Amino acid sequence: MEKPVIQLKGLTKCYGSLKAVDRLDLTIHRGEIFGLLGPNGAGKTTTILMMLGLTEPTSGSVTLCGHNATTHPLAVKKVVGYMPDNLGFYANMTALDNLLYIGRLNAIPEKELHVRARQLLEVVGLTADAAQKTSTFSRGMKQRLGLAEVLLKQPEVIILDEPTLGIDPAGVRAFLTLIRQLSREQGLTVLLSSHHLHQVQQVCDRVGIFVGGKMLAEGSMDTLARGLFGSAANGVRVTVTEPLFDEHAKELRRLPGVEEVTLDDRIVEVACSEEITPEIVRFFVGNGLDVRAVQPVRYGLDDIYQTYFETKQSHEKPAPATRKALFRKYE
Amino acid sequence: MKSLPLLPVRPFSGNTSEETRRGRTPLQNMIAREVTDHVRSWRFAVLLSLIALTFLGSMYVSAGNIRAAVANTQDPDHLFLYLKLLTTTDGSLPPFHIFLSFLGPLLGIGLGFDAINSEQNNGTLSRILAQPVYRDNLLLSKFAGALLVIGCLFVSLSLLMIGTGICITGVKIEPEEILRISGFLFLSILYVGFWLALAILCSIRFRQTATSALVVIGIWLFFTVFFKIVVNLAVRAFLPDPAYLLPTEIMKYNELILNLLRFSPGQLYTDGTTTLLMPSVRSLGPLTMEQMAGAIPAPLPFRESLLIVWPQVSGLTAATVVCFALSYALFMRREIRV
Repeated sequence: MEKPVIQLKGLTKCYGSLKAVDRLDLTIHRGEIFGLLGPNGAGKTTTILMMLGLTEPTSGSVTLCGHNATTHPLAVKKVVGYMPDNLGFYANMTALDNLLYIGRLNAIPEKELHVRARQLLEVVGLTADAAQKTSTFSRGMKQRLGLAEVLLKQPEVIILDEPTLGIDPAGVRAFLTLIRQLSREQGLTVLLSSHHLHQVQQVCDRVGIFVGGKMLAEGSMDTLARGLFGSAANGVRVTVTEPLFDEHAKELRRLPGVEEVTLDDRIVEVACSEEITPEIVRFFVGNGLDVRAVQPVRYGLDDIYQTYFETKQSHEKPAPATRKALFRKYE
Repeated sequence: MKSLPLLPVRPFSGNTSEETRRGRTPLQNMIAREVTDHVRSWRFAVLLSLIALTFLGSMYVSAGNIRAAVANTQDPDHLFLYLKLLTTTDGSLPPFHIFLSFLGPLLGIGLGFDAINSEQNNGTLSRILAQPVYRDNLLLSKFAGALLVIGCLFVSLSLLMIGTGICITGVKIEPEEILRISGFLFLSILYVGFWLALAILCSIRFRQTATSALVVIGIWLFFTVFFKIVVNLAVRAFLPDPAYLLPTEIMKYNELILNLLRFSPGQLYTDGTTTLLMPSVRSLGPLTMEQMAGAIPAPLPFRESLLIVWPQVSGLTAATVVCFALSYALFMRREIRV
């Protein structure tokens, strides 16, 4: 098996008595897009800083592309492009100059640098603003310039901290599509941290749910869903023309494989351990009910996220806490 | 955003020098950026005009009095025209080197007080440190960039002074004067360098630019205004009544006060520049009659003046190095969080 691109072993970071990151183990392979998901203050940024050698772990090790990030940060920084969540540029320099400066710090040959900088500005759609000073840039424009800068050094790994913060929805879609395209075409490994579930869901191959410095779960969306909802991972929502009654629900529950039935006027949701949609439809038709629509129910990241938080809360805090409390800022 | 044209994936070739721009290393690029940043900033324009104005003012006064100063044969230094040009005054304005002992710190503080924390607040710090450059290169570039700008300023000012002197008087400059003026320049740059290093230290320690500026300006004010008062007060508390003291003991106490005053970098600088620019100064402390007996009032050779100021130069260098070392210690292991 190929060597992993990112490998964290027992990574721990303490600030005083607070454990920001607690014995984190993580392995990411080449070409993967990994989403680090968690609420504010979960330790995402701290983990990323440790990966780049910008802060020292209390214990444990970080290996990126075979280099130890704590002892050899320079070797790591050569192959890793990092976009911080609160990125700024030298305000009195133009967008192009900012790019060129970063290129020079990376010792890219001057001729190649100019060509590539222009090319990247076009990719992120900033060609018209290349000669503008970055002090006039909006947040979204800065974000795009940040992506251009990350790509300028042609990294093997891209680490994006909250990359979609402050971009409009159309921009987010374009941004994520671009990242996915890059990852697929050039075999880039991408690690992105976010608390925007839907965006992560769109692009990530694997996600890790990270709360309170611990990785609660890790895997592809399907694996996570199956792990969480167990046998009830499949579901069907059926809409019929007539209102339904409890007898229908009772009869439905008798079908083999049906775990749970929820009735709501003309809509019924059936959670089942196997794929039995045809049986369900046949049941309705057999009872003389006209089926208007049949939809499979998939558990999204939202549900996964919420369930993990709830389980974590019920483990750690016996007192009922509102979900809102999770999203308060720890920082 | 458009789709990305497939860029050739290039194996990373590292920091080989023939690849970089005109053979520039990343450090040189960073220094170049710092210099550009300073030169284009309003702040520097203000500081520059302040220094240039005081320079012009003191030059104007000394040029007006130069004839009398050079003709004064009582003064053993009267033949050093260009040193006279730098130090002569009729009392309406202090000479340039005294001015500089006040304004030099301001120059250093102005260029350094927001060196690191403004980058951090603008979010550029983490971006730069995510590039393959050493952390100390950033500190070095801050220090070297500002010092380079200051050096150019001082050197061009003194060259202007010498040029104007030659134009007005037509007197050839002595090699000794060149040495002494270079020594003065070196000392001035070192002095500003100390305040620059202190300002950079504060910019690392304090997250807010305003706080760091206030702290350095506070230190500067303390040394220029209050330090003398504090030392005098403290010594007076311990000093026995001079009426009951032997002259040698009085001398000892005087020496003590002077040495205490030399904790202030401004004092070191004034001592140093006075000795360098006035060749007849042979001691920075009081001299007894026995020591003066047999001495001919004549200018000292450059080497001797240099020996007198050597402790001052070492002291300033040491203070600068200490500030810089502290900056390193604070910055190298600090967590870079935006």
